Amino acid sequence: MSNKKLFISGDEAVAIGTKLSRPNVISAYPITPQTVTVERLSEMVESGELKAEYMHVESEHSAMSAAMGVSAVGARAFTATSSQGLLYMAEGLHYASGGRYPIVMMNANRSLALPWSIYGDQRDSLSLLDSGWIQVYVEDAQEALDMIIQAYKIAENKDVLTPFMINLDGFVLTHTYELVEIPEQEKVDEFLPPFQTPNKMSFEEPKNLAFSTTPADNLEYKYQQNRAMFNSINVINDVDKEFGDKFERYYGGMVQEYRCDDAEVVMLTLGSITGTVRMIVDKLRDEGKKVGLLKIRYMRPFPEKEIIKLAKNVKAIGVVEKDISFGYEGTVFTNVNSALSKIDNAPLSLNFLCGMGGRDVSKSDIYNMFISLFNAVKGEKQKRVQFINMGVETDE
Amino acid sequence: MNNTDIKRITPKNITDKEFFYGHKACAGCGGSIAVRLALKVLGERTFAVLPAGCMSAVGFIFPQMAFVNNAIISTFPGSASMASGVSVGARALGLKDYKTVVFAGDGGTADIGLQALSGAIDRNEDIIYVCYDNEAYMNTGIQKSGLTPFGTKTTTTPAGKNIHGAQSFKKNMFEIMAAHEIAYAATASIGYPQDYIDKINRAKHTKGTSFIHVYASCPTGWGIPTETTVQIAKEAVDSGLFYLAEYQNRKFKLNKNPKSFFSAKDYLLKQARFKHLTDDDINIIEQQRDEKWEYMREHWK
Repeated sequence: MSNKKLFISGDEAVAIGTKLSRPNVISAYPITPQTVTVERLSEMVESGELKAEYMHVESEHSAMSAAMGVSAVGARAFTATSSQGLLYMAEGLHYASGGRYPIVMMNANRSLALPWSIYGDQRDSLSLLDSGWIQVYVEDAQEALDMIIQAYKIAENKDVLTPFMINLDGFVLTHTYELVEIPEQEKVDEFLPPFQTPNKMSFEEPKNLAFSTTPADNLEYKYQQNRAMFNSINVINDVDKEFGDKFERYYGGMVQEYRCDDAEVVMLTLGSITGTVRMIVDKLRDEGKKVGLLKIRYMRPFPEKEIIKLAKNVKAIGVVEKDISFGYEGTVFTNVNSALSKIDNAPLSLNFLCGMGGRDVSKSDIYNMFISLFNAVKGEKQKRVQFINMGVETDE
Repeated sequence: MNNTDIKRITPKNITDKEFFYGHKACAGCGGSIAVRLALKVLGERTFAVLPAGCMSAVGFIFPQMAFVNNAIISTFPGSASMASGVSVGARALGLKDYKTVVFAGDGGTADIGLQALSGAIDRNEDIIYVCYDNEAYMNTGIQKSGLTPFGTKTTTTPAGKNIHGAQSFKKNMFEIMAAHEIAYAATASIGYPQDYIDKINRAKHTKGTSFIHVYASCPTGWGIPTETTVQIAKEAVDSGLFYLAEYQNRKFKLNKNPKSFFSAKDYLLKQARFKHLTDDDINIIEQQRDEKWEYMREHWK
């Protein structure tokens, strides 16, 4: 029996994944390019196909505050945002993770002002890496839909109880249409049982939540939060397998390797650019070059073990990202180098900064990144941090 | 706005049960009286949401939790939206017969929390929002808020030769709430506890959003003896500098309309925060009061 397939956008895939996960309450504020997701969800609530309450909150800050209230009584919460909205709720992000509320949120990766731009890059979510949320970056609409369902399963695990952010590139994923397989509700229900948590207010067992601590107690809470994040690694891998066994789609857990087995040069990616890099890997393989691709799926928890395992067998690693931490380098690059610092004879690494504010990254751009890596392996001096596709020459 | 359809709660039948105790509030804290009385009326099937502020700071210091009923601290700007989430989340789970109440200070209400509160009223969430107004950011050390009255000396509105304390008047929260056509709004004072209890009870039996602005004195911030907390909150009303009113069904009602006022000057000058006021300053305060009362007496029969 073939499963139902729909030709839908990434935003719509998220909405359907959310509906299948049966949230009790959706609290969201519209922001481009997340809007289609919340429009579809409100339509589903209206039609009755989604039995949930839809809260028309007046801001992203309230979207997150409301979601925490929902979670604090043991109900399943969903919200979605992007860019400026994500930063507006930044206080709530730390609050939700500290309170151990397993809220699931879609973030449409979009540039941050100034200058204003509605187009995609990953500076919004990467600037909130330290907010205590699990962060996954998806490559296509199918993965977006599937990850919403997996997200609840991971976030609500009693050893995790940590909120979960699904990132998909603004427009490139949110507004691009693909054929997406829709899981059957019955199978999703088997996979994802209703939310149960000990961390809630109830009249049977009243609680005071979200309290203060003195310096004598605070660190223990932060330690537990960190442990929960590390606990999520096993849960992520288990859930990936369980999901694959049931729905026949495996994503690889923390990372997804492509043609890395005998690779000498490997590109690390985040999000939708992975597809383009995969094509160039095939092209270079056809040319006899030993190249591979490592798609970083989770930025938090960070796939340190997987990167180290890969790095032991390669000569050069490239990190391509739509981000920059001003005054240093790309944030993903910093994280990758931190992992590399833990092994002897680490491979050389180069950072390719591109796609900011939605600028195109072409196949030839990526081809040239690989060439730069090969040149570095040959001993030719390369810039460690390279701005790809700059419109002007620089004298650096 | 008559309470005849609601069983009245009076000193004779109010519960002996306490829902808020063992907290670390200052001696004579008016805010804690407001919270204590409200919870006695609302009962144990109540979720309390408190933003950053005095009552959350003194009530939730791990491991000493001061609320018997369910209670949670929200972000400073997010009390009305978190309470909305609690209320809606509980409804989505099928819970019945419960209330969600916010206890927020004046700054948490009139300043940083106003947007979320406006949104909650717009959605007509089934929540009660109690603003305990001690007329400054007391928890952070007596800084000016949007509800700090004209002339008040705070740590950010010092009383000097050039500027005599706060130069703005209290933001008109009650009427801002009424302008939303909220289901029920009222002002109250811990100096008139029966009136306050009646209003909490009215809010408890109101479907949709209720807002109660309760005047709650602060000996620490106001510079008054702790044993005068209730008396001073009564005098604020008697002097006409605060008023007791209700709003429902697009109608305002003045609950107390004194023929003559207790001396505003006496009320003000017994508090350290107003000691510096000149006769001219007090004239400004009285003039503003009189204009307000003229309006209320004409429009809020």
